[in-house]
Amino acid sequence: MLENLPIEALYGGILIGLSAALLLAFNGRIAGISGILYNLLFNNLGDYDRNWRLAFLIGLLVGGYALLPVDFALREGYSGLLLALSGLAVGIGTRIGNGCTSGHGVCGIGLLAGRSIVATLIFMGAGIITVTLLRIMSI
Amino acid sequence: MNRVIIALISGMLFGAGLVLSEMVNPIKVQSFLDLFGNWDPSLALVMGGAVAVTLISSRFILQRQTPIFADRFYMAMTTNIDSRLVTGAILFGIGWGLSGYCPGPGLVNAMINPNEAIIFIPALIIGGWIGQKFSA
Repeated sequence: MLENLPIEALYGGILIGLSAALLLAFNGRIAGISGILYNLLFNNLGDYDRNWRLAFLIGLLVGGYALLPVDFALREGYSGLLLALSGLAVGIGTRIGNGCTSGHGVCGIGLLAGRSIVATLIFMGAGIITVTLLRIMSI
Repeated sequence: MNRVIIALISGMLFGAGLVLSEMVNPIKVQSFLDLFGNWDPSLALVMGGAVAVTLISSRFILQRQTPIFADRFYMAMTTNIDSRLVTGAILFGIGWGLSGYCPGPGLVNAMINPNEAIIFIPALIIGGWIGQKFSA
């Protein structure tokens, strides 16, 4: 099993780490996707605070687009209700918990922030339990 | 202007990393979280690679008094582990497992699997807005 691990996953992870390092070193900012998105959408920001967040999100799409098409099969026929509940839970959770996989998982752990280490352990655990329950219930 | 260009490049690296690593494949994410089933460990390399870079680079970056283009480092000032952090992380983890999308891959999927993104992204934004009400 372990010898079949795709090296692209490691390279992709390193790119994500470099993204976070670049933003911290030059701009002093945390590359947390949920925080960047919510600040842009819900807070009144000055020109610069709006522009860098917008530039980051545009870059996210451009960088992703550059590597399309993907070579995995797209999921089809997944429950719209589950997708909607998922989006709501991710949205509420990352807002009140102040971060997601990027902000807590990648940046926060890199800074050895206790809050981020705890948050990451909890959301990984909750994700594992949720997927296990979905499988048991054959959803 | 420099800082906006840095943000653009940083976003591009992030988006490319998400696609290259297949974090944007929700089936793979759910398989990674299916620890007690048919576990696919490959995404541990994504987290491992990313955290290895941030762990090492942060040591050097924070030795500076200020960032290269900004007046200070903008980090969370709170260090306490409170019920909001725990509740938020639990809700986020449940949501992540339900679809296999966290925010970054969810957004990028607008270009990959729009049939799912058209439901997930508006729900994500509404959820964030609801969360904001509890954060004011």
